[in-house]
Amino acid sequence: MKPHEQVSAAIRAAGEEGRTALVAFITAGYPDKNAFCQTLAEVAQAADVVEVGVPFSDPMADGLTIQRASRGAIEQGVTLSWILGEIEAMAPKPAAPVVLMSYLNPLLAMGYQRLAERAVAAGVAGFIVPDLPLDESEPLDEALAARGLALIHLVSPVTPPARVAAAAQATRGFLYAVNITGITGGAKAAGEGLKDYLAGVAAQSPVPVCAGFGVRSAAQVRELGQVVPGVIVGSALVEALERGEAPGEFLGALRS
Amino acid sequence: MSMTARQELDPAAQLEALLDGRLPDARGRFGPWGGRYVPETLVPALDRLQAGVAAHLHAPEFQGCLGAELRDWVGRPTALTPAPRLSEAWGAEVWLKREDLAHTGAHKINNALGQAMLAKMLGAQRVVAETGAGQHGVASAAACARIGLPCLVYMGEIDCERQALNVERMRRLGAEVVPVTSGDRTLRAAIDEALRDWVSDPEGTYYLLGSVVGPHPYPYLVRELHAVIGREARSQVIERAGGLPDLVVACVGGGSNAIGLFHGFLGDPSVEILGIEAGGRGAGLGENAATISFGRPGVLHGTYSLLLSDDDGQIYETDSVSAGLDYPGVGPEHAFLHTIGRVRYEYAGDVDALNALDECCELEGILPALETAHAFAGAKRWARDNPGKRILLGLSGRGDKDMPTLARFPKGGAR
Repeated sequence: MKPHEQVSAAIRAAGEEGRTALVAFITAGYPDKNAFCQTLAEVAQAADVVEVGVPFSDPMADGLTIQRASRGAIEQGVTLSWILGEIEAMAPKPAAPVVLMSYLNPLLAMGYQRLAERAVAAGVAGFIVPDLPLDESEPLDEALAARGLALIHLVSPVTPPARVAAAAQATRGFLYAVNITGITGGAKAAGEGLKDYLAGVAAQSPVPVCAGFGVRSAAQVRELGQVVPGVIVGSALVEALERGEAPGEFLGALRS
Repeated sequence: MSMTARQELDPAAQLEALLDGRLPDARGRFGPWGGRYVPETLVPALDRLQAGVAAHLHAPEFQGCLGAELRDWVGRPTALTPAPRLSEAWGAEVWLKREDLAHTGAHKINNALGQAMLAKMLGAQRVVAETGAGQHGVASAAACARIGLPCLVYMGEIDCERQALNVERMRRLGAEVVPVTSGDRTLRAAIDEALRDWVSDPEGTYYLLGSVVGPHPYPYLVRELHAVIGREARSQVIERAGGLPDLVVACVGGGSNAIGLFHGFLGDPSVEILGIEAGGRGAGLGENAATISFGRPGVLHGTYSLLLSDDDGQIYETDSVSAGLDYPGVGPEHAFLHTIGRVRYEYAGDVDALNALDECCELEGILPALETAHAFAGAKRWARDNPGKRILLGLSGRGDKDMPTLARFPKGGAR
């Protein structure tokens, strides 16, 4: 199975068990750089897919929590190269597929070929790039596709239907449906309009759809899980880690 | 991104494509540079803006209204001023294109007015803008007041302090000013915050971007609105001086005043064109804002251009005495003009800029903005190597806003 197929399979497997798949986001090396591998291992035990955030100096799609986490990680010297090296050295490997979420510039700085090689070596299954819309994605997509890696595209409530269809065809791993027009950690995602939008996206997508942005509670996970197979939780988990909570317990509570 | 700065471009063919209007291309590219690197949520808004630009910007009705407002409210055409005492001091024939005389005191108003008019036509309910030195914020506030649209300006906390007078001006002009405490707390963080605002309301909000940076179509739109500077300057200098200049020079931060002036002369092979970036305190990382001189290719704020970033792709903090040049990127069209060799880019440091500002004050009775002072410093250096030539300098703004900064660097004091 190719890396991107492992991501899709992990989400589908949750559905077969009658669960909504949980995709959990952490910022690499935050709050504690030394605890990164341990945190990743714990999150991977409790989630179906893990998104590891690569910190960036200018996180324009992120709210205050992930801005703070990014800055904290950069101050501790966390880089894309360090993250890939740490994940490569992990033993045992994380129990769930790992994808990296990164703004484009750190990926460009490494170079796409080297990025793809190092991702394969580390066992990273793919990438989510919030400032890379479909129209600009071809060069990165080619480099990742050649090695079976996922490039996970995003759609939002204002994306026209034709673009949703194109993103659904192009994406590998899953299709990331942004719940709100806004930034991460923003307004609480809820309501019938949201469910209609997500159901419309899910109807067009050959791969599983996961809904993210503004997810903070078990009630939301249940509600969104009625229309999409997976739900992404980011800022709320990062805040739990800041409070020193065990990620497994926090994610377990979201499933209840 | 299969193309890099090292990609072979045929300079003559590329320049011809630019002058013919074939660049930027449909994807917003100037050669390899430019494009649209934004969250998916902003793509439909940029599509609407692009359609609005295509439908209105060059339509006779819009141009008629804009031209009347530029004349009656901005005070265009701005003067072309001979500078006899500077000419004598430099051994050159110096002409100044006086954007400092435009309403609100800088070239920024050309763009702010044009985009505010476009925002109104496109049905925006509110305008957000970012500002560094405060000039674009003041221009946006004034233009929105004139047009009748609410305006919110994001400004880095550090810039709010060093440009306190402009903060007060914006508020008097009816704008809400939000100090940005995240990131590096200067222009770059203000753009991040304005983009976050726009992502949260992409349909009702118009983002009035203040330089030739950002995702397509902004670099094109902002350039077109500033091209009036170069059009006026070219006909003025031919009429007044009897011919084209040997050198056209302007300061470059994001690069909006420079691109507007340069565009009047790109097709004149005899005219040498020089952009002057902010050399800050020195050539080291984080000590300057000289993006083309020290930068590398990368993506920031929606565009592929040259950037001050490290090996890991993190953007550097920049440093310059001039808030308006304190930006780690540069417009993609400047990266293009650099790549094809049509424009040469150099830098001038804080001390040279401060000395050049004093010289202009003393010899011509004009207080230029600290940004503009960098162009004076670069032009003076060029004149030393090229004696007896005609120089046209883009005097992009006036320096009244810089008095608190200048007070820290007394005349003749240690620098």
